[in-house]
Amino acid sequence: MKNNLDIKIAFIIMGLLIVLVGFFQSWGVALSILNLCLISSVMSMGVNMQWGYSGLINFGVMGFLAIGGLAVIVISVPPVYAAWDAGGTGIIMSGLLLAALVYAVFYVHSKVTSKYKNYIIFALVISIVPIMKAVSGPSIHAIESIDAATSGYLGGFNMPIIFSWFVGALLAAFVAFVTGKVCLGLRSDYLAIATLLISGIVITIVKHEEWLTRGVKNVIGLKRPAPYEVDLQNSDWFVGMIESIYSSRLSKITDIDQQIATLKELVISSSGVFVKLCFSLIFAAVLITLLIFSEKALRSPWGRMMRAIRDNEDAAKAMGKNVVKRHLHIFMIGSAIIGFAGAMLVTYDGLFTPASFQPLRYTFLIWVMVLLGGTGNNYGAILGGFVVWFIWIESAPLALFLINTLLGQVDSANEVKKHLIDSIPYFRYLMMGLGLLLVMRYRPKGLLPEKIIRN
Amino acid sequence: MDLLNSIILLTNFIVVPAITYGSQLALGAIGVTLIYGVLRFANFAYGDLMAFATMIVILFTWYLQSLGISLGVLPTALIALPIGIIATILISIFFDKAVFKYYREKKSDPVILIVVSLGVMFILNAIVRIIIGPGDVTFMDGSRFILKANEFKNLTGLNEGLAIKSTQLITFITTIITCSLLFYFLNKTKTGKSMRAYSNNEDLALLSGIDPGKIILLTWILVSILATIAGTLYGLDKSFKPLAYWNNLLPIFAATIVGGIGNPLGAFYGGFVIAFTEIGLTYAYKKFFIYLLPEQLEPNSLVQYISTDYKFAISFAILIVVLIYRPNGIFKGKVI
Repeated sequence: MKNNLDIKIAFIIMGLLIVLVGFFQSWGVALSILNLCLISSVMSMGVNMQWGYSGLINFGVMGFLAIGGLAVIVISVPPVYAAWDAGGTGIIMSGLLLAALVYAVFYVHSKVTSKYKNYIIFALVISIVPIMKAVSGPSIHAIESIDAATSGYLGGFNMPIIFSWFVGALLAAFVAFVTGKVCLGLRSDYLAIATLLISGIVITIVKHEEWLTRGVKNVIGLKRPAPYEVDLQNSDWFVGMIESIYSSRLSKITDIDQQIATLKELVISSSGVFVKLCFSLIFAAVLITLLIFSEKALRSPWGRMMRAIRDNEDAAKAMGKNVVKRHLHIFMIGSAIIGFAGAMLVTYDGLFTPASFQPLRYTFLIWVMVLLGGTGNNYGAILGGFVVWFIWIESAPLALFLINTLLGQVDSANEVKKHLIDSIPYFRYLMMGLGLLLVMRYRPKGLLPEKIIRN
Repeated sequence: MDLLNSIILLTNFIVVPAITYGSQLALGAIGVTLIYGVLRFANFAYGDLMAFATMIVILFTWYLQSLGISLGVLPTALIALPIGIIATILISIFFDKAVFKYYREKKSDPVILIVVSLGVMFILNAIVRIIIGPGDVTFMDGSRFILKANEFKNLTGLNEGLAIKSTQLITFITTIITCSLLFYFLNKTKTGKSMRAYSNNEDLALLSGIDPGKIILLTWILVSILATIAGTLYGLDKSFKPLAYWNNLLPIFAATIVGGIGNPLGAFYGGFVIAFTEIGLTYAYKKFFIYLLPEQLEPNSLVQYISTDYKFAISFAILIVVLIYRPNGIFKGKVI
């Protein structure tokens, strides 16, 4: 961290901005911006590993995020025993069958040498769908018809939610392995399109397999790694803490009833802030751990190798590096981090809404973060996550402010003004597009460019 | 009789919708492929360009409707097409001059151009949603059906009806006309040939005195015309919704690559390949088999390969299969 003045200044400014939001809007808003900034930074670090370290273009971010979210459901939600009784065996059977078919495909791919090999694989893949449907159809129907309004799915394993983050990372890495095996040999623009489409398939599955995820009916009321507001409001230590923090303000109120009422109000408002603060601490811990590891990795021989592969693939190949394998590894690692972030996001939201996964928000916005922040630089990716998320949230109030200043004299019943105010949420897309184009043109390496590391 | 009924059934539920959908995809895919062939990058902003074009057409259609002008049985939007085309050409050329030109002259990596096209996508998306809002807009007027299911039943005495919407016929005819003109232009005229030459081998084309600026301008003009027509036809047939155009971009990419990226004729066929597989695989054939098979063999299930929820996933799956086995597309595309 020698001579990294630009990094320090950038992060101090970012921190000040969030504190300003705390003073001008409210601390709850400031903390939720901070939390989502932290989650976004983890996502953009994942993408940065793929794109910045090794030049792999992954437009499937949305898919890996959804897989992380899926892991949260499968791991942390309590099981629905009735559904397991009704269709559990059918689902397990078809899962085994699917595994067998996938194994068969890989077996034929690697072992069979017949010239009809490709046709055999094709036939196997085609046959997966009807076989799966025949085996699992009745069980799926049975599961979905159990208490359809409130559950209608299998539930999960009722394990701690933090554990599900790691499972999410593993699942995402597994999907990345399969995707990578299929797609990584493709040219860069084909890879972009292919990963985008694969993430589309993942979202379709998550959205429509209701026995697994409840689909568009959403799963709500997930567990939390932080305390619940209601529990806090009823616990003595928390009330005591609030009382001591605000003691000067409370002592000014003479009326005892009013004092109690004020205290209650304070406790309610600060319990929300406290919960968000707990989340912030957890997310910050994740981000810092990740940062330390990836900085170490970048400075290790491994990081040198990855940069060599990125900058000159042929030379790296000539030096005996297995480029295909390294690409697969970094693709898996990056996707695992994205999956982890997806699990964090779903945990923080407390609900899983498959229909909300849109590529603009969950793939391309993350890309803007990486490109704006600084490709190949971890601090840049984190800064990108912060800046972009901050603009994303604060552009609506800013647009409102601008409209009101520019059209101050115009009557508020004016159609154009009303229309503009109605479409404020879309100004953020405009800002993102402009920001991306400006950065790509005038600072193609991002706000914090990659530093050349000399070991 | 049963045989006739079953044929009508398939025509009504598979062939007619697939031809319509395929035409829409084909027009879009030719646009993407032209950009790829001449400018050498996959333009992610194309879906939103289509949305922008359609928006202009809709706004002008509204204006015409307020004046009381209409085409009778045909949708008024057809009169508004030229205005939409002009506006789209202008915005395409603006973005080319402001954004893409710089990277083209620097000979940037295609990946950088993809990323830049994301920026353009964000901006176009925002403009469309700010101006016309994110909701559904229906701007279809004129007569809705050319042939109604009931009329057909009465006419022929069959059990199955055949319904053809006027938008479906308009889509098909417009696509055929547009594509014929385009292919005539590309294959028979001097300018079209120079465009293909430039796409094939840039350096050689430059050596033979082809002006790259002219070719690129021409490409954007052609692409804008295609985008406007494709977007308007899609909007007329379904309804206009900004995000739907973005979602439609993915099957369009699939059609482009399946047909061989950079190959307009391939893109044309690719659109129909995607459309027929999507609709053919998600259709439930139960009724079809009931007509054809003897009673004891009639199926109990829907006889559907995969549920309609997975309609989009099918085109993606086709694309991935093609990418693995024939990365240059079914019809040979450009190899860069």
